[in-house]
Amino acid sequence: MNTSPYIIDNPAQNDFRLNRQTLVDPDILTLEKARIFDRCWIYAGHESEVTKAGDFVTRNVAGRPVILARDSSGGLRLFLNTCRHRGAQVCRERAGNTKRFFCFYHGWSYDNDGKLVAVPGDDAYPESFDRSELGLTEVPRFEEYRGFWFACFDSTVPDLETYLADAKDYIDLVVEQSPDGRMEIISGVQEYDIAANWKLLVENSFDDYHLHSTHSTWLEYMKDAGVDTKVPKGLLLPKRGIGKDLGNGNAVIDNVNFRGRPVASWIAIYGEEAKPAVEAAKAELVERLGEERAERVSETNRNLFIFPNLMINDGSSVTIRTFWPKASNEMQVTAWALGPVGESPIMRKVRLDSFLTFYGPGGLATPDDVEALEQVQNGLTSTVKEVPWSVMTRGIAKDGEQLNSDELHLRTFWRRWNALMTGDNVSAKAEAAE
Amino acid sequence: MSTNVTRAEVEDFFYLEAALLDDWDLDGWMNLLAEDARYLVPPNDVPDGDPDTTLFTIADDIDRIRGRVKRLKSPDAHAEYPPSRTRRLITNVRILEQDENIVVATANFSVHRFRRGGKGGAYVGKYVYRLNVVSDGFRLLERRVILDAEELGALGAVSFIL
Repeated sequence: MNTSPYIIDNPAQNDFRLNRQTLVDPDILTLEKARIFDRCWIYAGHESEVTKAGDFVTRNVAGRPVILARDSSGGLRLFLNTCRHRGAQVCRERAGNTKRFFCFYHGWSYDNDGKLVAVPGDDAYPESFDRSELGLTEVPRFEEYRGFWFACFDSTVPDLETYLADAKDYIDLVVEQSPDGRMEIISGVQEYDIAANWKLLVENSFDDYHLHSTHSTWLEYMKDAGVDTKVPKGLLLPKRGIGKDLGNGNAVIDNVNFRGRPVASWIAIYGEEAKPAVEAAKAELVERLGEERAERVSETNRNLFIFPNLMINDGSSVTIRTFWPKASNEMQVTAWALGPVGESPIMRKVRLDSFLTFYGPGGLATPDDVEALEQVQNGLTSTVKEVPWSVMTRGIAKDGEQLNSDELHLRTFWRRWNALMTGDNVSAKAEAAE
Repeated sequence: MSTNVTRAEVEDFFYLEAALLDDWDLDGWMNLLAEDARYLVPPNDVPDGDPDTTLFTIADDIDRIRGRVKRLKSPDAHAEYPPSRTRRLITNVRILEQDENIVVATANFSVHRFRRGGKGGAYVGKYVYRLNVVSDGFRLLERRVILDAEELGALGAVSFIL
């Protein structure tokens, strides 16, 4: 039994409850920024977004405006997008290619290695003014795993690969669908807000308990397209799937596929003309990976959560989704599609088309998730005094594997969150006990 | 209708479509579509993109339009239940091209969406339509809905027919 104000975590009594203030209280968000977002590895971008020297994209990472840049020698850099003089952002375009980042306020400029290269009227500065110390500031740590780059603002935590723990195996499964082992972000970003606490999207992004009721119209659409959506006894989804703790708060739901997948599981929605290409993609997987591994890559759907705010969902297509709290009751979501480098035009078309059957702000499922989270936020915010706790015990009394519709993976997230917020290791013990 | 289409005829079509959508007469709206119609909402950052190579917000062929409409008529389309109230203001109608039986026309729009509790917002942009000229008017071949906002942001989802 722990003593956290945030969760009641007592596996011996089959009890796990969440204090709803964690989804409401602005002071908790302030603490989260310091104890979670400033101490964890935060997804910053993908190598494919900047391919040539001088390429850049701008975005926010862990709440900071940053420039993801390919420097003059071809390396990736993550600069804080703030002039060393007075602080203005030195790059305002979404993306591009440049030799210089130019601050229009007083005219300081930096090269794409971050070096300060021009200071108008620099004769007015004293001798102690040292340009070499006034380059663009880089994030303290910036590391990658298989093309996915992460930033960390804490120099004391373990390296990225240690942090990812068993999540690495699941990133491998995504990347292995590419014949040459490289994936790329596909053109077209989805940026939308949800009026809900960010942690509700963590839960929702890999909570398969909600599929049958929140997404009944999507299931109906799939059924109309010839997909078998019958649910066997003992399950809530057409095929079996499990929830797994991957270490360090990372977790996954790992499901046998029942819907179409661009890597090798054709459904009628893709059109007859795409069938040979999908079959050829499957044959390539078998040839390269062997029967068993090819089956693993192509015939399972995996929603992978990397603590604290990255989802890599390999389902109807692959989507990378990250989110940032604007306030305790509001988040910004950014989502991309990911596909193999060099994918054939027909397969790319299938991939994008399949994406839109489910995902995104215009998909046939995601808008209902957005609505669900906003309804949760509306429901619990001003009732938190009368209804302070949410129960989260699905599957807790089971021995062995837990289903994707159980809540082990959600508890995994909350235990890690709690441990970081309270600085105790009680949660880790409870995790080991479950 | 003659193949020499007037702006007034195209305006009438835009206004009729807007009225059907604001009234949630989705079956009536489907009657305006050609057999192979497409409904496209490009992503905010690539407004002139191609749905075969760029991830769109919406890229429906006629089958998915039918699926989308079926869904929207269900009380289980939670994002649109109760259905949003919408009001479409359509202006700046122009014919861009006319060739045989095909007309390409554009219009500016401001679609105001209202939900209980103050949710909603103004979706501002332009329509680019490819219309097939038929004996009793037009059928929509392609309906491209281009949003001006840099990102969807607080508008959230595009869960209704924009």
